[in-house]
Amino acid sequence: MGGVAEAIGRTPADRMEAAPPVVCWFEDCRKESVPLVGGKCSSLGELINAGVRVPPGFALTTEGYRRFMTGTGMDHAVRAVLAGVDTQDLDALERASAQIRAAIEAQPFSVEMEDLVAECYRKLAVRCCMPALPVAVRSSATAEDLPGASFAGQQDTYLWIRGVDDVLSHMRRCISSLYTGRAIAYRAHRGFGDAEVAISVGVQKMANSFTAGVMFTIHPANGDRSVIVIDSNFGFGESVVAGEVTPDHFVVNKITLDIIDRRISQKELCYTVDPVTQKSRAMEVPFERQRVQSLIDDEITELAWMGKQIEKHYGCPMDIEWAVDKDLPAGGNIFILQARPETVWSAKSQSAVAAAGGSAMDYILSGMLAGKKVS
Amino acid sequence: MKFPVPHDVKAKTIPGTEGWERMYPYQYQFVTDDPVRNQYEKETFWFYDGLHYPEPLYPFDTIWDEAWFLALSQYNNRIFMVPPVRGVDHRMINGYVYISPVPVKNPEEIGSRVPHFMERAGHYYKNWDALEAKWKVKMEATIRELEALQIPRLADMEDLSVVTDAVGESKGYHLLKNYDDLINLGIKCWQYHFEFLNLGYAAYVFFLDFAQKLFPSIPAQRVTQMISGIDVIMYQPDEELKKLAKRAVELGVDQAVTFSKEWTDVEAALKKLPKGIEWLTSLNLSREPWFQVSTGTGWFHHDRSWNDQMNVPLSGIQTYIEKVKQGVNIERPTAKVRAERDRITAEYRGLIEKDEDRKQFDELLGCAKTVFPYVENHLFYVEHWFHSVFWNKMREVAAIMQEHGVIKDVDDVWLLRRDEIKQALWDIVTAWATGVTPRGTQTWPKEIEWRKGVMQKFKEWNAPPAIGTAPEVIQEPFTIVLWGVTNKSLADWASVQEVKDPETITELKGFAGSPGIIEGKARVCRTVSEVGQLQQGEILVAPTTSPSWAPAFAKIGACITDVGGVMSHAAIVCREYGMPAVVGTGHATKIIRTGMKLRVDGSTGAVTIAR
Repeated sequence: MGGVAEAIGRTPADRMEAAPPVVCWFEDCRKESVPLVGGKCSSLGELINAGVRVPPGFALTTEGYRRFMTGTGMDHAVRAVLAGVDTQDLDALERASAQIRAAIEAQPFSVEMEDLVAECYRKLAVRCCMPALPVAVRSSATAEDLPGASFAGQQDTYLWIRGVDDVLSHMRRCISSLYTGRAIAYRAHRGFGDAEVAISVGVQKMANSFTAGVMFTIHPANGDRSVIVIDSNFGFGESVVAGEVTPDHFVVNKITLDIIDRRISQKELCYTVDPVTQKSRAMEVPFERQRVQSLIDDEITELAWMGKQIEKHYGCPMDIEWAVDKDLPAGGNIFILQARPETVWSAKSQSAVAAAGGSAMDYILSGMLAGKKVS
Repeated sequence: MKFPVPHDVKAKTIPGTEGWERMYPYQYQFVTDDPVRNQYEKETFWFYDGLHYPEPLYPFDTIWDEAWFLALSQYNNRIFMVPPVRGVDHRMINGYVYISPVPVKNPEEIGSRVPHFMERAGHYYKNWDALEAKWKVKMEATIRELEALQIPRLADMEDLSVVTDAVGESKGYHLLKNYDDLINLGIKCWQYHFEFLNLGYAAYVFFLDFAQKLFPSIPAQRVTQMISGIDVIMYQPDEELKKLAKRAVELGVDQAVTFSKEWTDVEAALKKLPKGIEWLTSLNLSREPWFQVSTGTGWFHHDRSWNDQMNVPLSGIQTYIEKVKQGVNIERPTAKVRAERDRITAEYRGLIEKDEDRKQFDELLGCAKTVFPYVENHLFYVEHWFHSVFWNKMREVAAIMQEHGVIKDVDDVWLLRRDEIKQALWDIVTAWATGVTPRGTQTWPKEIEWRKGVMQKFKEWNAPPAIGTAPEVIQEPFTIVLWGVTNKSLADWASVQEVKDPETITELKGFAGSPGIIEGKARVCRTVSEVGQLQQGEILVAPTTSPSWAPAFAKIGACITDVGGVMSHAAIVCREYGMPAVVGTGHATKIIRTGMKLRVDGSTGAVTIAR
């Protein structure tokens, strides 16, 4: 990537050892790439390399973020605003945050960076055979212990973005999410300098979701590792992630991939693209479809199989976002949008079920003494 | 959870059946004249044993209920000293058997039983295989003794040898004695029946329990799948049919074997062919003991064996001959079943996080695999082989009673209690000895006619699934595994009280017996003699199935039963064949009719009827 080296002003001699790129394709990322592309993009790269079907895309790296901040003098501007702010004063903090975020969102990238992003976006559109390819633009945080990162990660997802100008402006909105009032306060409280934080932004081909949702490779209610639990609704997964609807709910046996439980709910709204404005928006699900199963059985089985492979690859229970693309044929239309290790049950230390002594007789006796509750 | 009060249910006597209580042992009655017993009965939870008794019991058939009432209870409570439970108590309303596990209530007593239980049950678990080998010897000796038992006819003049050999005993005495021997052999056989069964079920129950604690959503059938693919003799009768089918094709007598549905025609045709005689020799080798398999569960007098109804195995042989000639593989897919069992076991095991849990899993799985063959094999020895011979010996007794005019028809004997039969035999032998007419010739036929009417009314009665007061905890292993008494089943039973119009029911719920989903046409077979009508790929709907139904499984796409749990015959065989089964639906044969389009989901236990 000669262009990258040029853009960051390195000489050809040291290009080989340490020239972090400004942009980077997902497939060139691995789970070790968190410092460069953040957690979300590195996990997408890891999944792609594990053979999981993930919509293609690229990341603006943390190097790109730094170049943006320093090259435009934004870093000084931010420091200047923050210098006079009392981080205990929430109103002042919010005012400072608003000022910084507005400044970042109004600040154009350098021409070189715009070109690098535009080139990736163009190649992505060519790869997907679609001009002005709709993409999702998401922040990808590097520091997992930063709450700013986690809520930025949840909130700063922009769906159905088309055209390079919109992509660039939404990238800046993702960057500005590093400067929410809460994130600034947290860093001040923990003693992190603002210069130490960085963010990456992922640009990913938008699955034109017929149905989407989340999948856990562990039962979130009881920690049962032998099941995969899927929640789904029509449209983009946002309605499920944000808990705006009661989704359809499926429990799949992880070992045999049988559907062992299902609950079809009344789904009143979904997120989809407005055909006129080309923007994602919440829409009412037509009444006759509200009680229709949003994910068919074959898709459930395939999705669960994918979940099982992802868990196997990571070696731990996973929390996964997925979508079924309405433009692609069955058998190649289910995509993984995100996968991260499940944290709730994994953090609990569970006590053993085995009886003291461990022989079959020990267990039978203790079981008999306990009996079976029936009411 | 509250269910109807037993005494209220019983008080609503069906008109025309007043006095039915005399048809059954007195201790089976719910009582109102004994305040202490009455209170106990009210506070106890009684559930209808529909698993064993889809229909009201004939008075004579009560023998096996009493036999297991004694045997199960004594092994729990007096022999192995299962700490928290005594036996299982029995009652009867309108010929339907209600049972209830009896807990040990005093914690101190439970504690004092623990060391005994560990020593005694431990001895059996530790020496399982050696003790099971001994069991087989005892059991086979008992069956031989039964087979050798003579039911003598009463001659007008005793044989001269009674005098010349100075026997000193008459045929009248022998009839009384041998009838007693017959009954006693039956009771003894049921003593053996339970020697291993309580512990076997306990091993299985607690493997299931452990797996469900580790994996709260694991379906019971997955747990049973982990102990599938173990060779058990229950499959042997079916294996014999396959062998005979192949043999017929080899010898070139397949045409003669298949030209008629009537065994007598086929046999006559075969006798005319030299190769046919060779095939008949092979058949005779298979018949003892494998054709002693019952066409029902073996629990009832009307369950005849293959040997009694040769058209049934013949139809199975014919099915297999057809398959062999089409080049279809008729072997059970044992290797596939075992490979899938091993995969499933390894995957579940791989999800266990703690070392001690993995060790416990291995221990319990090993124990369940050890007990599994007994849990299956005892059925062939007791319910099939022994019972088939027993019922026919009883028919010999009945024939003598008929000859002396005490009953009109051999099948009338089942309407009498076994102690009433003993009384009638006394009446017969004393009258025979004396040269007068038995008093019973005037009394029993009338009583039997009345009882026939009562039985008919009982059959039309709907037995409530549960009565009395549900407990909070059940500790008796049979109650959990065999009858499937759980929160869910109690709730289902409570809702059965208000049954909808059967014509409008579109979904039936049962136990998920064997996984998979299939759609197809229903074929309702109430008895095994109807399986000949099955077409390839149809869904078999049956009250219950037993090993003699095995050939049917080569044709069907799925199986639905009224009665049975995940360890029932239909569920086990369907898992072996890899086809869906929904078992224990309660009333599938009453609601589904042949030709209906069904969707069977063996993973969830749901049957959908397209109307």
